[in-house]
Amino acid sequence: MEPTRLRTTSPTQLGVTSMAVTLDPSERDSESRDQKDQKDHKKKSGRKQGVPELIFGDLWQYDPAPETADPRIRARYDLFIGGRFIAPQSGDYFASINPATEETVTEIALASPADVDSAYIAAQMAYETVWRKMPGRERGKYIYRIARLLQDRAREFAVAESIDGGKPIHESRDFDVPMAAAHFFYHAGWADKLAYVAPGRTVNPIGVVGQVIPWNFPLLMLSWKIAPALAAGNCVVLKPAETTSATAMKFAELLQEAELPDGVVNIVTGAGETGAALTGHPAARKIAFTGSTEVGKLIMRQLAERGTRMTMELGGKAANIVFEDSPIDQAVEGVVNGIFFNQGHVCCGGSRLLVQESIADSFVHKLQQRMESLRVGDPLDKNTDIGAINSREQLDKICGLVESGVAEGARLYQPSCSLPSRGFFFRPTLFTEVTQSHRIAREEIFGPVLSILTFRTMNEAIEKANNTMYGLSAGVWTDKGSRILRMAAELKAGVVWANTFNKFDPASPFGGYKESGFGREGGRQGLLDYVELA
Amino acid sequence: MSKHSIVEDFGTVDRVGIEERVAKFTTRSIKKKSKLWGLHTAVSMVDLTTLEGKDTPGKVASLCQKARQPSDDPSIPSVAAVCIYPSLIREARKHLADSPIKIASVATAFPSGQSSLKVRLQEVKYAVNAGADEIDMVINRGLFLAGEYDAVQDEISAVVEATGDATLKVILEVAELETYDNIRAASFIAMQVLRAGDFIKTSTGKAGSSATLANTQVMLEAIRDFYLDTGIAIGMKPAGGIKTAKQALHYLVAVKETLGDAWLNSSRYRFGASSLLNDLLRQIHKEKYGAYQAPYYFSDAAGSY
Amino acid sequence: MSERIPVVKTPKVYVGGAFIRSESGRTFPVYDNGGQFVANVPQCTRKDIRNAVEAAAKAGPGWAARTPYNRGQIIYRLAEMLESRADEMTGVLRQFAPAWTSAAEQEVAATVDRLVHYAGWADKYEQVLGSANPVAAPFFNFTLTEPVGVVGIIASDAAPLLGLVTQAAAAIVSGNTVIALASEAMPYPAITLGEMLATSDLPAGVMNILTGYRKELIPTFATHTHIRGIDAVATGDDATSLRRGAADSVKRVKVREPDIDWSAESNESVYEIRSFVEFKTVWHPIGA
Repeated sequence: MEPTRLRTTSPTQLGVTSMAVTLDPSERDSESRDQKDQKDHKKKSGRKQGVPELIFGDLWQYDPAPETADPRIRARYDLFIGGRFIAPQSGDYFASINPATEETVTEIALASPADVDSAYIAAQMAYETVWRKMPGRERGKYIYRIARLLQDRAREFAVAESIDGGKPIHESRDFDVPMAAAHFFYHAGWADKLAYVAPGRTVNPIGVVGQVIPWNFPLLMLSWKIAPALAAGNCVVLKPAETTSATAMKFAELLQEAELPDGVVNIVTGAGETGAALTGHPAARKIAFTGSTEVGKLIMRQLAERGTRMTMELGGKAANIVFEDSPIDQAVEGVVNGIFFNQGHVCCGGSRLLVQESIADSFVHKLQQRMESLRVGDPLDKNTDIGAINSREQLDKICGLVESGVAEGARLYQPSCSLPSRGFFFRPTLFTEVTQSHRIAREEIFGPVLSILTFRTMNEAIEKANNTMYGLSAGVWTDKGSRILRMAAELKAGVVWANTFNKFDPASPFGGYKESGFGREGGRQGLLDYVELA
Repeated sequence: MSKHSIVEDFGTVDRVGIEERVAKFTTRSIKKKSKLWGLHTAVSMVDLTTLEGKDTPGKVASLCQKARQPSDDPSIPSVAAVCIYPSLIREARKHLADSPIKIASVATAFPSGQSSLKVRLQEVKYAVNAGADEIDMVINRGLFLAGEYDAVQDEISAVVEATGDATLKVILEVAELETYDNIRAASFIAMQVLRAGDFIKTSTGKAGSSATLANTQVMLEAIRDFYLDTGIAIGMKPAGGIKTAKQALHYLVAVKETLGDAWLNSSRYRFGASSLLNDLLRQIHKEKYGAYQAPYYFSDAAGSY
Repeated sequence: MSERIPVVKTPKVYVGGAFIRSESGRTFPVYDNGGQFVANVPQCTRKDIRNAVEAAAKAGPGWAARTPYNRGQIIYRLAEMLESRADEMTGVLRQFAPAWTSAAEQEVAATVDRLVHYAGWADKYEQVLGSANPVAAPFFNFTLTEPVGVVGIIASDAAPLLGLVTQAAAAIVSGNTVIALASEAMPYPAITLGEMLATSDLPAGVMNILTGYRKELIPTFATHTHIRGIDAVATGDDATSLRRGAADSVKRVKVREPDIDWSAESNESVYEIRSFVEFKTVWHPIGA
């Protein structure tokens, strides 16, 4: 089958509608159809010659099932500084759009360096006069309040997240928001237990910390940053991503409901200039950044002279490694979940599949079958699996890299699902016949695109998996426990998922090796990055 | 295939992974026309069951009438089959002679299967001669758990032969097999000697637990893999524990997303159930006319409160 | 208008998620600060202990199988229940405790905070008490904790609420289930606590509270072999006989002096949790 050329027209027309890749008849064993044949299941390939493919059609359609809860998004948000909403000094606002409809959702304030400065002043004031003096047990109770309020208003926040960022409502409802609440709940309990965080040393807060978060899990990334910072006794100036600020501003309102003392958390909104002012501010005693490796390096250079403490959680190109003895259907599910969850906008997403050659064909066939039942569409429809790509910019980037994959000779496959007529959407995509030299095997695409490579032996899998400048996560699928542990020992990745993928918990430290960053978030190890050892 | 590793022969299933997968089926939101289609289809897939020691001809007569006409609404289809003990087949035939509804009978010393093979086969023949269209058999769990997989399969073959032209449904009794690996293996062991149009079935309904989305999913995936390997389409019947329309819709979502359109009909999928039927009717009524219904508006309802 | 007659509450003990009288039908009277009769409180027997152990054992597997996050949330909710009814509990303490005024408010506040503290340990103590162990062979070796099972508690007279809750929270946070003998001198606060347990999402049987006479009941706590640990406020002969009885089934016994300061921060510690967990070490080869 010829590689399919992508047309360079509107993004929503992208993609081929080919059905399952069928193997050349000449490649198949010729088998007689007797009893023995019926019993022999050690098949290399996925399908017997001549057997009609399964039909995943429209016999039973799911009707639209829109989520109707009110997200309570204001028409406009100001900056949140010193416990109050304050207009930006420049008077400028920018629109935040819904990537599924391209309509404006709300107007967000544009913070200038002067606003960022006000935020740091408020944070320092709060730190010196209130927060550092407060006993841990009382700080903890504020954070518990935040957790409970977020649980109360979970549905509202979930809808807001989907509208502003494009992710499917069942993900924001079932994952993002509950997990964000859990992060606050977990870290609240550490506030009066810091004596156990660093055996042999006393811990103190760092002071005022600056934090910049990305657009892929807006509320969740906010909770990963703010919860441990507050639990350890720090005060915060945080900038959400410019395309997804709505839930951060709603969170600010929630902080007022929780009666968090003024200035403990300050939220300034804006884009690159605001971010640079935030990370470069002299009052910041630590900077925590989650985002692209490229911007991470910029910040590191910016802070080189001052030597500010930093943690970086950057990009990834994780290998999901499937051995022939793995639980196959669950591995298929894990691979699908690993790269198509959240439209592939996941730094630790399993964007490379390394599948053992002996099962490669049948595994790919199963993947393709599974992709037939993935639904791309309106993020607010409860049955949508894959929502909108976060921005036109990101969509263009994905298209560009996918085109390079085709141009470099990899074989593309996309299921035949329909796409909405407007908004930024991309079909789940897989490439077979990928090698390490292909750009799609080395560069982070940050979209629903899976690059599939094969391997023969465990050592080869390890080599290929580690052959990257990234080192955030990896997946291992096998029935053999000792192999899991050996792989875990050899893989250069900060998180290794065995017989599962994309699992997160506030108690579980998360972070990367190499150019995926340094520092950890979650667990006891994560707290160490928010304290000073005395 | 003697005492091989069944994992080596048939593959392994990760419990946590498959339970996560089926949990996703329960988050599908099925509304309006889609819901009505699902509910109607589910009704058409019901094997309306009574398997009690205290069953009488009167009970079976009542069951058959309910099967033919579940409700006064003519748009609601009849069920697929009635499922009864062999001694009541003749009674059922009196009431279903002119109907497309199948008569399914259990046999092979249901539910335990603990009797000689000879006696079990005799029972199958008895049921077939009495007029059963379908036979629901139980596999030999004792032999299976002792690792005698060939023997288990040979017994199923013998029952296939004794069943003749009737359709055979093979009950694995998943509760007693315990592990998902075992359920997957037992599925293949059965399917390898079945004919297209036969079924594999989860439970007798008489053990501690019955069908769940997860154990059913193991079997659906086995059916799928077997089909793609051989071209032979085997049907699926979860039985026991499916009481509500909401559950039934989840089970149909599982079929849609695992086996696809070709299995969404009663020649390849059945629900082994009794009280499920009335809950389906209640929900159909609500979808069509708007108001939630009390149970006692529907014939043969239990519970008076 | 004639004066309205109030409806007096019948105190019952909270066992297996239900409020019951003693199987013996016996009661003993409790009097308030001013010597006024208030109510008849169940005088529990060894059979009541036996039944409570059954309830605790039945609830055990489910409680231990819950996620630590879930256990933490439930204990936090118990704090919410107590906080929202702080006035009532303060009134109960004042009514029965001799010459207490602001101490009652402090005890209630301290009890709420203590519950919040232990709720926060649920999903963390494992990270402090457990470990990955660097053995000198190609094995992954790790040590995990596990609850011991049913734990018996003999509560304090001096702090009839705070003491009991401290002992109980430290035990249940790790998945143990508890049978507590409330203070003999002042059982009423424990009766009220039972009502808050019932509304807190704590599953039935996880915490069971009995009232009665120490001399009569301690021997059964000591010798019931299904009770795997005891946390007792006791001294002298009481403590000795407790330890002797416990020896028969190799129970873990923790004895506290009657005069300890329950409000001290030393009562909030992961080492209180450690008293009633097992340590399990697992080896697994690392290889191909």
